[in-house]
Amino acid sequence: MSSNALVEIRDLNFTYDKRPVLQGINMTFPRGRLVAIMGLSGCGKTTLLRHIGGALKPTKGCVRMDGQVMHELDPAGLYAMRRKMGMLFQFGALFTDMSVYDNVAFQMREHTDLPEDIIHDLVMMKLHAVGLRGAQNMMPSELSGGMARRVALARTVALDPMLIMYDEPFAGLDPISLTVIGDLIRRLNDALGATSIIVTHDIQESLKIVDYVYFMAGGVIVAEGTPDELRASDKDFVHQFVHGEMDGPVPFHYPGVDFRQDLNLRA
Amino acid sequence: MAVISTIRAIGSRVVNAVWRIGVASRFFFLTLIYSGNSFRRFHLIIKELFSTGVMSLIIIIVAGLFVGMVLGLQGYETLKRYGSESALGVMVALGLVRELGPVMAALLFASRAGSAMTAEIGLMKATEQISAMEMMAVNPIARIVAPRFWAGVISMPLLAALFSAVGIFGGYLVGVVQIGVDEGSFWSQMQAAVDFREDIMNGVIKSLVFGTVVTVIALFEGFDAPPTAEGVSGATTRTVVTSSLAILMLDFVLTAIMFRGA
Repeated sequence: MSSNALVEIRDLNFTYDKRPVLQGINMTFPRGRLVAIMGLSGCGKTTLLRHIGGALKPTKGCVRMDGQVMHELDPAGLYAMRRKMGMLFQFGALFTDMSVYDNVAFQMREHTDLPEDIIHDLVMMKLHAVGLRGAQNMMPSELSGGMARRVALARTVALDPMLIMYDEPFAGLDPISLTVIGDLIRRLNDALGATSIIVTHDIQESLKIVDYVYFMAGGVIVAEGTPDELRASDKDFVHQFVHGEMDGPVPFHYPGVDFRQDLNLRA
Repeated sequence: MAVISTIRAIGSRVVNAVWRIGVASRFFFLTLIYSGNSFRRFHLIIKELFSTGVMSLIIIIVAGLFVGMVLGLQGYETLKRYGSESALGVMVALGLVRELGPVMAALLFASRAGSAMTAEIGLMKATEQISAMEMMAVNPIARIVAPRFWAGVISMPLLAALFSAVGIFGGYLVGVVQIGVDEGSFWSQMQAAVDFREDIMNGVIKSLVFGTVVTVIALFEGFDAPPTAEGVSGATTRTVVTSSLAILMLDFVLTAIMFRGA
C-alpha cells in the first residue's frame, strides 16, 4: 500500500445471486483528497461504498483502509475501524425520534464519556459549520431536504472521521441546497484534513469540487482522471455522461425484441 | 408433474418457515447477549416503557372494563340457574386472573404496541437509519432492539394485572351496583377462592411468556422486513397474526401445565 493512500481497492470482485456486480476494481484514495465515483444508477457505486464500509464481503480481492483489510476484521475490529469513518446517506438517514441536536450528539454519547456541557459545545460547533445552529431543537420531520442533508453532514463529521463517504449527496436537492452541500463537502474535507469519497451521478456539481474521478459502468471502471481531464476526454462514454447526451454507448432503448415484432409487422 | 411441484412448493414453505424460526431464535439470543447496555443506560428502557406500556393504558383499561362487565352479566345469568349468584366475584376474578387478563391484554398489546414496534423498526430500516447506526459503529440490536424488548417484557405483566383489576371492577359494577348481588359475598368469596400462587402467579407467568413472545415477534418482523412500503406493511400484519396465534396456542400449553387437575 502506498503510504499516502488511506483506502486502496485491489482487484475487487463481487457477485450477487450469480450476477457479477463488481469486476476487477482497482482504486486508490489518497489522504486529504476528495474523490468521486460516478456512473449510472445500478452500475455498482453504492455496492462499492458498502465494501469500503465493511458492510459487504468481496468475492475476490480486497479493500484496505488505513493498512487493514476490511473483510478480514472481526466485529470488534470492524466497529473500531468504523469509528474512523463517517457516512452520509442518500436522504440523510436522520433518526426520526431525535431532535437535530440529539442526532448530532448521538455518536458523542455512544462512543465517548464526554460531559454533557462539552458535547453541547461540540454539537453547536458542528451545527454552526453547516449553518443550522438555529435549528437545533427541530425534529427531522420539520426540516427541508437540504436542511436534513446538512444536519446529516454535521452528524457524519461529529467525531472528526479520517474518511468521509457520501452516497448520492446531491440527490433531490434544489439548486441552492445543491451548491451549499457541494461547498460544505469540500470545505469540511479540507478543514478536517479528511479523505472523502463521493458516490454520485451529478456530474456538473461534482466536477466543481472533487480532485479525481472514477467512472464506472457495468461493474467495471471505464474511465478515470482529474475533472479537467474528463471534461476534455474524447471517450464516448465519458463524453455522453459529461454532456448528458441521450444516446451513445449507454443506449436510450432498453434491450428488447425487434420493434416490428412487437407491432406484429412483417419484416 | 403437478404433484411434484405441489410437494416442492410445500417443502419450500416448510424449509422457509424452519429457517425463519432459526433466524428469529438467533435474533432472540443476540438480543439477550446485547442487553447489558440497556440496563447500564436504563433511561433507554424507560423511554420505550412509555411508548409500549403507558401508551397502551387507555386500550387496556377500556377493554378490561367492558370484558369485566360482560363477564359480570353472563356470569350472573349462568350462576342464577344454580342459585349461586354469590359466587359471581369468584367467577369474574378467576376468569380474569387466570385466563382473560393475560390473554386479552397480550392480544391488545400485540395489536397496539407490537404492530407499532414492527412498523417503527421496519421504517427505520427502510429509511437507512439502521444502516447509519451500523456505520457509526453502534450495534442496532443493543441500541434499538434490546431496550424495546425489555420494555415489552416489563410492561406486559403490568398491563395484564391492570386489565384484570379493571375487569374485576367492571364485574363489580354490573354484578353488585346494577344487578344487586350482595357486595360482601362478592368480595369475600373472591378473597377466599383466589389463591396467590396458584392463580395470580400463574397469570403473571403467562403474561411474562406472552410479553416475551409478542415482543420478540414484533422486533424480529420489523428488523427482517423488506425495506419497502409493502414490506413494512406485510411485516406489521405478520406481527399481529403470528403473535395472536402464538398467544392462543401458548395459552393452551401453559394452562394444561399449570392448571391440570388443580
